[in-house]
Amino acid sequence: MTQSVSSIPDDRQEPPEQDVPATDSDSWGGLETLPGHPLIWILILSELVVFGAFLLGFSGARVKDPTGFAISQMQLDRVVGGINTMVLLTSGLCAVFATRAIRLGTVGHCRGWLLLTALLGLVFLGVKIVEYKAKIDAGISMETNSFFTLYFLITGFHALHVVMGLGILGIVALRPLAVNIETGVAFWHMIDLIWVLVFPVVYLVR
Amino acid sequence: MKYQSQKVALYYIYGALALFVAQILFGIVAGTVYVFPNFLSEVLPFNVIRMIHTNALIVWLLMGYFGATYYLLPEECETELHSPKLAIIQFWLFMAAAAAAVVGYILGYHEGREFLEQPLYIKVGIVAVALMFLYNTTLTLLKGRKTAITNVLMLGLWLVALLFLFAFYNPDNLSVDKMYWWYVVHLWVEGVWELIMASILAFLMIKMTGVDREVIEKWLYVMVSLTLFSGILGTGHHYYWIGTPGYWQWVGSIFSTLEIVPFFAMVVFCFYMVWKGGRDHPNKAALLWALGCSVMAFFGGGVWGFMHTLSSVNYYSHGTQVTAAHGHLAFYGAYVMLNLAIFTYALPYLRGREPYNQQLNMWGFWILTSAMSFMTFTLTFAGVVQTHLQRVLGMNYMEVQDQIALFYWMRLGSGLVAGVGVILIIWSLLVAPRKAPVKRRMAQPAE
Repeated sequence: MTQSVSSIPDDRQEPPEQDVPATDSDSWGGLETLPGHPLIWILILSELVVFGAFLLGFSGARVKDPTGFAISQMQLDRVVGGINTMVLLTSGLCAVFATRAIRLGTVGHCRGWLLLTALLGLVFLGVKIVEYKAKIDAGISMETNSFFTLYFLITGFHALHVVMGLGILGIVALRPLAVNIETGVAFWHMIDLIWVLVFPVVYLVR
Repeated sequence: MKYQSQKVALYYIYGALALFVAQILFGIVAGTVYVFPNFLSEVLPFNVIRMIHTNALIVWLLMGYFGATYYLLPEECETELHSPKLAIIQFWLFMAAAAAAVVGYILGYHEGREFLEQPLYIKVGIVAVALMFLYNTTLTLLKGRKTAITNVLMLGLWLVALLFLFAFYNPDNLSVDKMYWWYVVHLWVEGVWELIMASILAFLMIKMTGVDREVIEKWLYVMVSLTLFSGILGTGHHYYWIGTPGYWQWVGSIFSTLEIVPFFAMVVFCFYMVWKGGRDHPNKAALLWALGCSVMAFFGGGVWGFMHTLSSVNYYSHGTQVTAAHGHLAFYGAYVMLNLAIFTYALPYLRGREPYNQQLNMWGFWILTSAMSFMTFTLTFAGVVQTHLQRVLGMNYMEVQDQIALFYWMRLGSGLVAGVGVILIIWSLLVAPRKAPVKRRMAQPAE
């Protein structure tokens, strides 16, 4: 039954490079061509899947209870939501300028644009707090009904990402290499993108 | 040996295999009680049998991780272990604690909290063992080379120890109690144990496929990120019906569904590396275990987990044999097979002999894996029937148990076959006679 093997393999040595040549496509595959660090794209894709699942869940729950959802949705402030959309998109534009600046090698400009991006992010969070406070004052909480469970979960998760995004922007501003800035900005654009999907589904679609 | 101190891994591997046998024996006894309900009821109540079955499993898996770490850390760090003596003391202390716990269980000393039944003094002993281990390994890591594998492995092991501290918090409120209980149970097996799993698989892939370390490390980072991304909030799938707020149904359903992704990534990783690798490694059995581990973990943890993870499904299936099916295949696929992979790989080196008797080991692989798969199928069918009769038609619990008795018989059968598989594997690893005298390793270079 035994298999005769000439010797214990000497696999405790690292294999020589030419054994299995590492080409470009070996390293990060398709992610290599994207701006920023490839791992941020794993995160971005994962986030899109999660928010996509939440929005699908929202739509499914809405199909089961159209009137309940319609009544609850009337209690959302669409104007404030619209303003916040513009705030966040403008911050995204500033982030684009920050990337452009670092590619031109002007660190000072880049940091300035990042600061503006972050300030607009803070404005977004401020408006969000006002919005939440109005809901809580009206006696609405996460446990009110499935519309508001999902409303608070989805927008709350999103707001949490804005907070994380601010942290990431801060870190990359401290180490302003092009790859770092691109990484942070890619994450910030994801926050934009998700909001652009969340806003119509939760606030607008009647 | 490349590093003498790697030898201490042997203690842990022997200890783990001894407890593995105990786990299987008590599993077979528990399976027997399912078909002869009064079997041993006067001597050893079912809850104690089950306790020993599950505790022995967890302890031997942990012991396997300790052994695996002591084996691979010197090689990865390119330095001797900080203190082999301490590692040996740690082993005996751990064994003593495990033995004391088992004796205590049989005599009726336990805290009754599922999986964390160990009396307080045993828990303190476990913490002492963990501290000795972390001290020893962390100092080794600090003085040696740091690789992605060592860093992820040590991160996982540190978190295993830190999360265990929640076992000491046992609030009176049952909802809060369960909430923290899952911090240990879920965040271990669906969180940090997966870090250990990914790093050990990565180590095996580097050694056995010869693929560039850089490529493997990148995969490792991706697998680890996906695990933590899905697994931490995936805890929510335990918070559906314990008195925690309703939003957990959404959080748990969505994030735990994604827990399948890192398992899938591990399958792709292992097969891609083997396909890409230039090496024809002679330890075919170890490679089979590593590949099998990724596949069975994907099915047991990923597919069988997803089967009942959505809150709308779990509303009906909660606490039925579907859970037992998932538990058995997930533990077997992810963690039992992982340990058997690294044991099969390391033992020939540790004992200075060739990876002989691979056929026997591989027969063991197929028999044990088939038995566990069959057990999973029978429990799944039992669970589906149970869910329908009990939760949909509203029959009472014991009536339903009579209806699914046939499945319990088949489960006992598969348990006995699993026992045969385990004997073959252990025999091939430890006992089978050497075919030929061991030749000097340096005599022939690897292909």
